[in-house]
Formats: sequence, structure tokens, C-alpha cells
Amino acid sequence: MLKGIWHAVITAAVIAGAPMAATAQSGGTIKIGVLHSLSGTMAISETTLKDTILMMVDDLNKKGGLLGKKVEAVVVDPASNWPLFAEKARDLLSKEKVAAVFGCWTSVSRKSVLPVFEELNGLLFYPVQYEGEESSKNVFYTGAAPNQQAIPAVEYLMDNEGGAAKRCVLEGTDYVYPRTPNKILEAFLKSKGVAPEDIKINYTPFGHSDWQTEVAAIKSFASAGKKTAVVSTINGDANVPFYKELANAGIKASDIPVVAFSVGEEELAGIDTKNLVGHLAAWNYFQSVKNPTNEAFIKQWHDFIKNPKRVTNDPMEAHYIGFKMWEQAVRQAGTTDVDAVRQAMYGQKVKAPSGFVAVMNTNHHLSKPVMIGEIQANGQFDIVWQTKEAIKADAWSPYLPEDKGKIADWTYPWVCGNCTAPKYTD
Amino acid sequence: MGAGTPSPAVRDGLQSAVKRVRVLLLSSLTLLAIAVAPLARADEFASLLSDLANGGFADKEKAVIALGRLGDERAVAVLTALKDGRLIKTPDGRILVSDAVRLTDPISSTAVSGITADEAERIRVNNRLRGAIEGAIGELTLFSSDPAARLAAAQDALRHPSADQPALLEKAIAAEQDAAIRAAMQQSLLASRLVAGSKAEKLAAVRALGDKTDPQIKNLLDQFRAAPDTDGELRQAADAALASIQNRLRLVRLAASLFEGVSLGSVLLLAAIGLAITFGVMGVINMAHGEMIMLGAYAAYVCQQLFRAFLPPGWIDGYLLLAVPVAFMFTAAVGILLERSVIRFLYGRPLETLLATWGVSLILQQAVRSIFGSPNREVANPAWMTGGFDPVGGFTITWNRLTIIVFCLIVLGVLALILNRTSFGLHMRAVTQNRAMASVMGIRSARIDALTFGLGSGIAGMAGVALSQIGNVSPNLGTIYIVDSFLVVVFGGVGNLMGTLVGALSLGIVNKFLEPVAGAILGKIVVLVAIILFIQRRPRGLFALKGRTAEAEA
Repeated sequence: MLKGIWHAVITAAVIAGAPMAATAQSGGTIKIGVLHSLSGTMAISETTLKDTILMMVDDLNKKGGLLGKKVEAVVVDPASNWPLFAEKARDLLSKEKVAAVFGCWTSVSRKSVLPVFEELNGLLFYPVQYEGEESSKNVFYTGAAPNQQAIPAVEYLMDNEGGAAKRCVLEGTDYVYPRTPNKILEAFLKSKGVAPEDIKINYTPFGHSDWQTEVAAIKSFASAGKKTAVVSTINGDANVPFYKELANAGIKASDIPVVAFSVGEEELAGIDTKNLVGHLAAWNYFQSVKNPTNEAFIKQWHDFIKNPKRVTNDPMEAHYIGFKMWEQAVRQAGTTDVDAVRQAMYGQKVKAPSGFVAVMNTNHHLSKPVMIGEIQANGQFDIVWQTKEAIKADAWSPYLPEDKGKIADWTYPWVCGNCTAPKYTD
Repeated sequence: MGAGTPSPAVRDGLQSAVKRVRVLLLSSLTLLAIAVAPLARADEFASLLSDLANGGFADKEKAVIALGRLGDERAVAVLTALKDGRLIKTPDGRILVSDAVRLTDPISSTAVSGITADEAERIRVNNRLRGAIEGAIGELTLFSSDPAARLAAAQDALRHPSADQPALLEKAIAAEQDAAIRAAMQQSLLASRLVAGSKAEKLAAVRALGDKTDPQIKNLLDQFRAAPDTDGELRQAADAALASIQNRLRLVRLAASLFEGVSLGSVLLLAAIGLAITFGVMGVINMAHGEMIMLGAYAAYVCQQLFRAFLPPGWIDGYLLLAVPVAFMFTAAVGILLERSVIRFLYGRPLETLLATWGVSLILQQAVRSIFGSPNREVANPAWMTGGFDPVGGFTITWNRLTIIVFCLIVLGVLALILNRTSFGLHMRAVTQNRAMASVMGIRSARIDALTFGLGSGIAGMAGVALSQIGNVSPNLGTIYIVDSFLVVVFGGVGNLMGTLVGALSLGIVNKFLEPVAGAILGKIVVLVAIILFIQRRPRGLFALKGRTAEAEA
């Protein structure tokens, strides 16, 4: 009887105390937000990233948490709906009071949440390779900028080892991301002496499913007497029918290599790769990299997801780096206060699964290695080329005339993401 | 005669002895040479093999070319294995060929036991190396006993013309019995003469090549024309040849566009036939139609996985034969369930039906996402649907698309038979034309409604199996096709199968002729605008229903 009363009292106390603990935030947990689509078109890619962050949080809590507190991930589902991304971001920052947000995949979604993060002074870790041309005080870009993916990939294709391509087809999905790298690549190719008639740029709609015309066009473009390569910025679901058509039309990698910027291990899992061996992808990380950090990363992932067949990929590695850096910065700052953490982020180093040390630069982008991988019959990539050292990301491309002289540097005296003169002068 | 001079008899004897020794020496030398030659070659083979495994990509390329020149039959197996990623290096430095079941030592051609492929390291290749390997295999297999290999080698020689090819090809042509292979070899010989031949030979080659229709030959001639050492007369001949090839290639391109259009049309048709029944015949605005297609594609995936898990590997190519009826039955069951539980309460209220079926589509999508996960699932083409063939150069017909065209026509034919020749078809038409009268005649209209909806859904499921062969299998599969399906049905004329057929094919063909000119995005917009204008003029589509039904609906 007495025991029953005690139970009631304790339960009442807990119920009364719960909202207080949540709002006070110092009650023993640090909250972080996870803003990835778990339904809709982008769920295909983003669900894995949500799981990656949950894995990192789980691991951190097992090791005793951060600043003596447990870390709690608040997962929301923006459902591949761009305006909903902004709404959910506002919820996370103003209602849940999260210390940092890990999220977004498409550039549209990032552009949609950007004003919210700047208005409420939040912290976003964005893990996907993107078009560059941006450096916000409130975003850390842990994916590749064009000079860490597109340019080295094309340099490889034009190199003797990559087949000495003299003509290029830039095949992309029609939206924000492919247009900018293609603009940069076009300028880059021209600067390397490639004639304008040797560059063909073609765009197809999102989810394009009938690739017969495009593949035939690539074939005929390639029969003009010069070695031809295809640079693909085709996004998401459109890749499977593209590669199926490519394989069945008999385009061999040794004749016309295709290098993709949006196809990783996760995407290959949905394609029969037997006839695609030799086509390429450029990333900063491949699952097939051999080093102890990567082995531990893969094991941790398999243990967490309880499925030894699941693959790891580049954006997952970017989240791994981003999370570790945030963790280190919070420890260094001794607080989760956004401004203090941001200052502590600059120069943070993390031993990445790629086998290199990733460094956060003052332009809010990383220094990472660039790797070119060839598709193998087992759905993995063989690394055929990689940079000797980590490459520093350019937020603004030196190949675009409109970017001339633009600097992104958030330390004194510049303190800006897009300016041609320092903010402070003596 | 001097004292030291031997007698003739002795001299004869001596001479013959010397001769004999010489012959003996010579013959033993030859014997030695015969014995040593393969030994030396074997050594070279082994050392090249180790170059393959140990050098950088550039060293590997040299070794590949040298292996091709060696003329050693064993090199074919090694190079093929290298190209396919089956050449492995064991931790103790041996180089072995691995196939699915066992490991072989390529030097002695004996099986190796006591080690598995997993313990060894795969020898890596890149695209440049792959090109070199293809060239080397081509030279080695030009004299192979397998006709398919010889044909492949002859065609391959066209893509890698080199200065030492003419001699090799001439020898191969002399030995060749098969006319088709000889023709391919002759074509490659002409091409290689462009690279290495006298001026007269080059001129003859250019003129002969002008009669061919193949982008690869156009490519070679382009290169030849642009080469700095091509003089005026040759250049003129090349121009003439190129012009005639160009003309014929243009025709080929037209034929290819037509095929692409028919192929796209057949895909649209397959996706739309089911809707032509649920929307066209029954008048249900079925937004969950795309999800029925998606369920069919997942049924194909499940069948493939079952075949992989439980049946011998040789049977996997047959999984589609099971997938088609399974997909039909499963989606038909889901369709009947949907009709009985939701749609039958909403007949005559199109807007509510639209919203309800849209909700159902979201539920189905998320259900599949929860069961199978959101990433794409891999559905492989069976071997008989992989690849394609070139009826003429520069025009590839892929087997999967051809199969889908045929499958689509079969489905349409069977459906027309069901509608026009069975009592179920008769009842169905009766119910849709005049429900009250049909009921009076003793037709159980509710049962017919459920079965009709099930039939439409089942056909959508079969379409899903076909679409899994050319595209994604993901929870979003349906959303890609739903808009196009409605477009086809509305354009073709609601309630008319013939209209759906003509609508789908014309949309496909127009799309494919517009796309190369206007680009995929603009092409789509143009088609959409054209359809809107068309519907303004003829609101009932291409084939409007005439007679009593039309009056009843009006």
C-alpha cells in the first residue's frame, strides 16, 4: 500500500519535471537535431544519414557522453518537401533548442533552411558534395566542393592513365546542383584547350526514366574520332535506368568511360553492376579504402544497423567527420554555445575513414583527399587514383569569372563568406 | 702421293664420319632448340605474368601487349581473367586464375587447392588497361577454334587498328571458312590499311569503306582525313566516302528514333493499360495506380530473391516467368481489397475517390519503404534480356526493350480477348454501359466491379515486372508513371483500348522525335502543351466513344 503511494508520488514528480527538463536543456542531455527526409523521393539517400548520426550519438553516449551529459538526437522528417525543411529547422532551433543540426541532402533543401539558421544563429552540418558558391557563418560544409570532386575527376579522364579524353559530354539532371559544376567544368575544359564543339551539355528532368535518346546521342557524339568521356551529375532515381540503358547499349568503360558525382555504394546496391565494370565515380571516400579507421567505421556501422550487407558511403563519412569535429569543438569550448563552438571548429582535425586527416578550414569547408573509383561487379569501387594529400575546398571557384576575387574566411580580418575586401582594416 | 696422305678408303670413311657427326650435331642442336624454345617462352610467360601482378598500371600495360604478341594460348585465359577481375595474387606470390568454383595455375593449367580466392588479392585494372587487354585478346583469338571468339576478335580489330594488323588479318582471312567472319575481318583489314598501307592501298580502302554504314568507320575516316600526312587526293576520297556514310547514318538515326519511340510508347502503354480499365472503363480516378505498378516490380524482386536463395543458379534466368503471374495475382488481390474496402463507397464521387486513392498510394509507398527499406532494390536482367544487337552499325536494339514491346502487345491482345470474347468481359461491358439494366438482367454488378478493378490492378502489376527490367525498383517507382499514364488514357480517349494503344504509341514517337531537337525538358513541355490544346478541341480524346454510352455520360 505504502509502496503504491510512493509510486504515485514519484510518477507525479517525473511528469511534472519532464517539460522543465526539456526546456532547461541543462537537465542532463545535450540535444542535437537530425533533419533528413525519411519519406518521399529523397528518403532513398537520406535515411542512411539519419542512421549514421544515431550511430555516432549512440557511440558517444556509450563512451560517457559530452561535457558529462548524454547526447540526445531529435529526429524529424521533412519528407522531401523543401518548404517543410525550413519549418522543421525552425522547430528544432526554437522549440527543441538543439545545439547543432545534422541534415539536408539536396541543395534546394539547404537553400531553404539557410535563412532560418542565419536568423536564429543555429549550426548546420551539411554532409553532401555540392556546387559550392556559398559560405555561411552558420553552416559547416563537410561534403566536397567542386574542386574536391569535379575538377580532379575531369583531370583524371584527360590524363593518359584515365584514357586521355579529348571530348566531354556533361550529362546532368536539371536543377541547382548539376548546373553550377557543369558551368565550372566547361570553363575548366576550355582553359585546358578543349574546343567548344567538343563539349556537349545536356540536361534531363528529375526522375528521367527513358534514356534511349541520350545514350544514342552519347554514342554518336563519341564516334567523332576523339576519345570521349561522360561526366554525369545525374541525380538519384534517374541513375538506374541510365546505367541499365548504357549497359544494354553496349557502351564499354574502355571506350566511353562515365564518371559520376552522385553515384556511390548505396546507389550501386540498386543496380546490377556486372555490365558496368570500369565506369567511374569521384568521391572523397570509398568503402573499399583499406585502413584501420575505415575498418572500425564499417564494423561500427554493421554492428549498429545489425546487417553486415549494408554499405558505407561518402556522405556517411562526411557526417562521421562532421560529428567528430563538433564533438571535439564542444569539448574544447567547454560549452554547446553556437558562437563558441564555431570558433573552436576552425582547425579541428579528425582522422577520417578515408585514411587522411580531415581539417576544418576557416571558409567552413574541409580539406579532404579526392579519390577516383571504378565500379566492380560486386557493387564496390576499386580505387584507381587518389590525390597524394588532402585538398582544401574552394567555396568560390577560380574558374568562374563572376567569382573573381571572392573570399570566404570567417576569421579576422576577413570575417565574411562572400567579399572581396576584409571586413576589418587597421 | 705424300706420306701423310691417307688412303682413299680411309679418307672416305673419315669424311662420312665427319658428316655423320655433323648431322648428329645438327639434329641434336635442332632438338635442343625445339626443346628449349617453349622453355624460354614459358619463362617469358611466367615473367610477364609476374609483371602483370607487381607493376604499376603502365608496367601492366606493357606486359599485356607483350603477352598478346607471345602467341601463347594460355595467355587468353590469363588476360580474360585479368579483365574480369578474376586474376588473383596469393600472399606467397603465386598468380592464379579464379573462376566461380576453383583456382587454376595458368602456367601449368592445373587446379590449385588449399587456398581460397578470399585470401588472395585481386589484381587491379583500369580502363586504359582494359582497352589494351581487349586488343591483345583480339590478336590472340583471331585464330581461335571458337567462331564467336573469332568474330568478336575481327570486330574488335576495327576499334584498335594498328600498323602490324594487316599481315595478321590477311593470314586470318586466308584461313577463315565462315563468310560472315571473313567479311568482318575484311572490313577490319581495310581499316588497318588506313593506318599502314601504300597510297594505292589507302585509296582503295577509303573507297571500299565508303560503302559501309557504321559510326566506327566514320570515326576512322574522320581521323584519317584529319591526319597531317593525308594528301589532297586521299582527302578528297575520304570526303566523298564520309558524305555517303553520313547520308546513310542519317536514315539509320531516323529508324533508331522510330524504334525508341515505339519502345517508349510500349512502356507508356503497359503503364496505362491497367488505368485504361480502372479509370477508362470504371471511371475511378485511381491515384494508387502507380503504386500497383510498384507492387508488381517488388513482386519481381521477391521472385528473383527466392530463385537466388532456393533454386540452382542455372534457373535464375527463368525468374521472370514466375514473376509475371505472381505479380498479377498479388496486385489483383490488393486491387480487389482496395475496391471492396474503399472505392465502392465512393462511386459517383470522383473528387473523394481521387483524395482517398491518393491517400492509399501514400500508405502503400510507406508500407513498402518500411518492409524493404528506402534504397533501390536490384533487379537484374536475365541473361537473355541483357545486351542488344546492331541490325546496322550505329543502331542498337536492346533485348530488354524488344521483349517489353512484345510483352506489351501480348498483354493488350489477351485483354482485348477477355473483354470481347468472355462472359466476364461481356458482363463488365454491360455494367459499365448501364449498371441498372445489367443488374436487372441478373449480373451481380458489385462482384463485377471488384473483379474489373482487380483486373486493372493486376495488369498494372505485370507492367511493374516489365518496368523493373529498365528502371528503378524503389518505393517511388509509381509516382514516375502515374502522370504519364493519365496523359495516355485521357489523350487516347477514355474507355477505349484502341485509343490507349494509339495514344501511347503516338506520345512515345512524338516524344522521341522531339527530344534530340528540343532536349528532354523542352520536349516534355511541348508534348504537354500540345495535349492540352488537343483536349480543348476534342475533350473526349482521340477515339471518343459514340452511341448510347456517350449519350449516357453526357
